[in-house]
Amino acid sequence: MSSTVINNKKKRKFRSNQVSRPAEVAINVLVGAFALLCILPFIFIIIISFTSADSLRIYGYSFFPAELSTDSFAAAFTMGNVLWRSYGVSFLVTVVGTLLSMFVSLLYAYGLYRRDYPLRNFFAIFIFITMIFGGGLVPTVMVIRNLLGLGDTLWALIIPSLILPFHVIILRTFLSSAVPETLIESARLDGAGEFRTLLSIVVPIVKPGLATVALLTAIGYWNDWWLAMLFIRDRTLFPLQYLLMEFQQNVDFVRRNLQMIGDANIDFAALPSEGLRMALAVLIVLPIACAYPFFQRYIVTGLTVGAVKG
Amino acid sequence: MFRAKHRKTIAITIMMLPGFLWLFILRYLPMGGIIMAFQDYRPHPPNPTLINNIINSRFVGLDNFEFIFATDRAFNMIRNTIGYNLVFIILTTVLSIALAIALNEITKPFLAKAWQTLMFFPFFISWVVASYFVFAFLAPHFGIFSDIRNWYHETEPWPFILTGANLWKNLGFNCIIYFAAIKGIDQEQYEAAAIDGASKWRQIWSITIPGIKPMIIILFIMAIGRIFNADFGLFWNVPNNMGPLMSVTEVFDTYVFRAMQTMSVGMSTAAGLFQSFVGFILIMAANTIVRKVDKENALI
Repeated sequence: MSSTVINNKKKRKFRSNQVSRPAEVAINVLVGAFALLCILPFIFIIIISFTSADSLRIYGYSFFPAELSTDSFAAAFTMGNVLWRSYGVSFLVTVVGTLLSMFVSLLYAYGLYRRDYPLRNFFAIFIFITMIFGGGLVPTVMVIRNLLGLGDTLWALIIPSLILPFHVIILRTFLSSAVPETLIESARLDGAGEFRTLLSIVVPIVKPGLATVALLTAIGYWNDWWLAMLFIRDRTLFPLQYLLMEFQQNVDFVRRNLQMIGDANIDFAALPSEGLRMALAVLIVLPIACAYPFFQRYIVTGLTVGAVKG
Repeated sequence: MFRAKHRKTIAITIMMLPGFLWLFILRYLPMGGIIMAFQDYRPHPPNPTLINNIINSRFVGLDNFEFIFATDRAFNMIRNTIGYNLVFIILTTVLSIALAIALNEITKPFLAKAWQTLMFFPFFISWVVASYFVFAFLAPHFGIFSDIRNWYHETEPWPFILTGANLWKNLGFNCIIYFAAIKGIDQEQYEAAAIDGASKWRQIWSITIPGIKPMIIILFIMAIGRIFNADFGLFWNVPNNMGPLMSVTEVFDTYVFRAMQTMSVGMSTAAGLFQSFVGFILIMAANTIVRKVDKENALI
């Protein structure tokens, strides 16, 4: 194939069609610099959360703290009820929300996937319209709060984001690319009902797609503060993100709460609030950061299948 | 056979029902609520339910719109929303394509994967946490850059900070979408081009860019359609909702949210309706233009 090539340099380029070695090093440096910039702030707040209160007071936040300590985390854990309750709320909302959302979305996607289903077009248009037009914030809030009466309940954190059209479309794309319709047909001939077919034949095949959408949904619920901001006033129902948000907007918030709910023996003035807020942020990101390297791959495949083919 | 077919249709319809009901109640009923934008919405004392209030409120035509858009604040927030979005769209598109092309030239699979993993991380971080990241650098007294200026009280640097934060969060995600699209291009084209003596730049320009054009167009239409929608979390949380910064951080979504808290129901509904309506017009217009130029890549 390369018999016509004259010099060596050209030959290497010719065969593999790659950029030169120095160019590749430069590319790695540039892309790598951006990639490191992406996690640098997270590393920074981890360092801050392990900095002692004294060095924070004197030197402020620093990448190279004068003195390390776990005081901030100790302080976070003395928040006791406030912290664990919010952890519990976030966890519960994430689990229940993801399960419900997957259930409803998969059922809807299944109907859109079935080409022999006569109402398929109607339901496709029905969901498509919601992607390009909506009633806006105020009527939506009023429907949820006044009509459904979900204000100050955990359902207000779950129901409003149950269906995301984009997720339904990813699911439908997965179904049509992975499950041949002849399979459905043969299941029907075997006498299986639609629901049985979906559960015992379709679901096992599209597990990777389901995993992707479930992960995206779970992260959406875990990271949500918007719904809490709109619908939750009762402090005992604050999810973690909203607790952190309130803390940022009002530094005294946690102290007030500790005085209300917490242990009366804590010396409030001594709480290292500057380190504490960063420790809280670390505690919120931690579950995602730990699971991230493992689930990242699924999401990449899922998004690309959904986006490219959808 | 006929009955079996019916049974199947009924079964699937039952399966669609939960999703249908959800869409109807949470997406279509609020569309009906748009009527409040044209009303002087007030609680109806004897039985103040939502429906009763709507039925008994007085229609005021376009008064709500007039009132809400006659102010300097409204002009300012519309300018901010469109300005930021245009900058975001251009920078995100150009930079994420450049990143994806660069990523594609890396031959060591380990490095390519490592950069991808790190880059994607911010996508999974909420704006609340991201605002802490920014705060760690800019906080008064404590932040690393606190000596330079009083960041949370001076407006000048904020357009840059917000743009930087937005790129930080979204570049990796967009890069990965484009990277996947590049991977989907037929590799033989590159080999053939190389044999014909096409340089790397030439290949990028003549094969890669045309290859990912459908993806660029789809993402572009969606972005244009959302040009009146701002990322609430970015503009609310990252500047810590600071009053002095409002002239450069107020965007449509934060405006509607504040309107909901401080103005009448009619006015805040009107603001939201204007946003949805213009978004709808824009997405349709963008789609029509794309269809004229390149029918295959149109969304609808």
